[in-house]
Amino acid sequence: MKSAIAFWNILLKDMKNYYLKPPNISWGIIFPFAWMLMFFFRSGKAFQIEEIFAGIVAMSILFGTTSMLAVTITFERRGRSFDRLLLAPISTGLLVFSKISGAVIFGIINSFIPILISVLYFKSPVANWYLLFIGIILLSIVSTLLGLSIAVSAKEVFEAQTFSNFFRFPMIFLCGLFIPLASMPVYIRPISYILPVTYGVDILKYSISKANYLFVWLDIIVLIIFCVGLFYFSIFNIRKKWIV
Amino acid sequence: MESIIEVKNLTKKYESLTAVDSISFSISKGEIFGFLGPNAAGKTTTINMLIGMAKITDGKIFYKNNDITNKIKKFQGCIGVVPDESNLYEELTGFENLCFCASLYGIKRSKREAKAKQFLEIFQLSDAADKRFKSYSKGMKRKLTIAASLVHDPEILFLDEPTTGIDVASSRQIRSLIKNLNEDGMTVFLTTHYIEEAERLCERIAFINKGRIIKIGKVQNFIEDISQSNIIEVLFESTPIDKNVLLEKLKQSFPELECSFKNENTIKLISTSKIDVSPVVSFLSSNGIYILEAKLIRPTLEDAFVKLTGIELDVMKKEKEKK
Ligand SMILES: Nc1ncnc2c1ncn2[C@@H]1O[C@H](COP(=O)(O)OP(=O)(O)O)[C@@H](O)[C@H]1O
Ligand SMILES: [Mg+2]
Repeated sequence: MKSAIAFWNILLKDMKNYYLKPPNISWGIIFPFAWMLMFFFRSGKAFQIEEIFAGIVAMSILFGTTSMLAVTITFERRGRSFDRLLLAPISTGLLVFSKISGAVIFGIINSFIPILISVLYFKSPVANWYLLFIGIILLSIVSTLLGLSIAVSAKEVFEAQTFSNFFRFPMIFLCGLFIPLASMPVYIRPISYILPVTYGVDILKYSISKANYLFVWLDIIVLIIFCVGLFYFSIFNIRKKWIV
Repeated sequence: MESIIEVKNLTKKYESLTAVDSISFSISKGEIFGFLGPNAAGKTTTINMLIGMAKITDGKIFYKNNDITNKIKKFQGCIGVVPDESNLYEELTGFENLCFCASLYGIKRSKREAKAKQFLEIFQLSDAADKRFKSYSKGMKRKLTIAASLVHDPEILFLDEPTTGIDVASSRQIRSLIKNLNEDGMTVFLTTHYIEEAERLCERIAFINKGRIIKIGKVQNFIEDISQSNIIEVLFESTPIDKNVLLEKLKQSFPELECSFKNENTIKLISTSKIDVSPVVSFLSSNGIYILEAKLIRPTLEDAFVKLTGIELDVMKKEKEKK
């Protein structure tokens, strides 16, 4: 009960203070929108929404989550308010869980925007809605945890921002968002396989148009393993680096 | 007295530096216990180890006779911590900050809002309740940080330099708040580099320097120990010769006296036997010093501190200016 109160209030405070602030909301809406427009103009009229649907959804999740947590946590660390959380009688696990929840929810909400546009405006079919949601949730969790791993290694807000860009821009090209894995050079593929986002994108592609490259069940299992691994990696790092 | 916290041979090493060097002490229930020492003495590091914000290199911590060295997390619910720098949320209001802090301890909404209001009142911050923390003055920030450390009714309050960098009026208010809390039964552990603050607030103090406790005891006992000695202060207008040269000369001429400068215009003489002032006065006059006053002084904690630690008061005063 006590833990639930702490969890809920950390989540609520982060939501109010960071995620629902006007600049973040508009960023979350404009960004996927701008990418869709870009594809629209580049390919003239005849582009298949199915080709970019999954990629845009993955991108809005990736951009909504990774930098969010990296920046907010580094910000709280610098202002020392993060110490408050470390001083509270809640376990590091619960603390990490509370902190990532806000970003995960933000990522999920962000993904709704391209989905709504694709489905309502472009009349794109979705093959499997359940799997789409599972994919969105897993991808949000894993990219939030990637952001947290960055936050744990950065000292300054600026550094966190640079790091997260350093990771997510290459991921757009390496994880099969727009360039299918199958058409990627063989020597690059090993890199794709060690990036968790690859598996999330594969689930999205399968659930939207069955255009997956790997096996969906394998994707889900690999993503869960990544989530658990990154979660414990973050807890370990917080205890090791922030309590010196 | 029943001990609430007991520390045995606590040590903290940062690579080659030993910040805290095998210190032992205990804090009794209901007392104000203070760590007095200059900058970098190891005060903050000691507090950080006790509250679970620094790893312990060696030694043990007991809470009510239970060894909590490796499970400080379990003990964090019973303590309130006021760090040397405020650690509240700049973008939240005073009221929201207190409510949020209480929620971290699992306090229900109605209760935490009542607590927040109550503490804003006690700390005379009700008018600023709905203003953002970042608009607060330094003194107000410190007061709200203290309030935030109390919302969950802790048993022990840790205060790291509670009045450093704060204006005089707020400092006075904070000291009387600490006194009042203690009178209502709160056990307090504070650190300071203000001798007067330690003397005014604490029942017992430990002098700490370079990670070691030099002496520990009741304030009264420190003063009694030193009152065996006689102290004379000589106030003069100015000195034509260098201070250090003058001190050397004095020490040569009066080897039985302990001589030091209290400030620019005051020389302090300490001796275990009665001091005959006239030879000193004529010695100073013959060195071209115009004497305004020479008086017998009642020994203070300051004198005890200087005698025991060998730290000149000037050093402590400079610390203050640095902050
Ligand atoms: N995180 C740290 N890493 C390395 N050295 C540290 C760290 N924190 C404190 N120290 C060193 O430990 C010593 C004691 O510091 P501190 O406990 O902050 O002193 P005080 O609070 O009495 O001013 C200082 O020499 C300081 O430089
Ligand atoms: Mg300190």
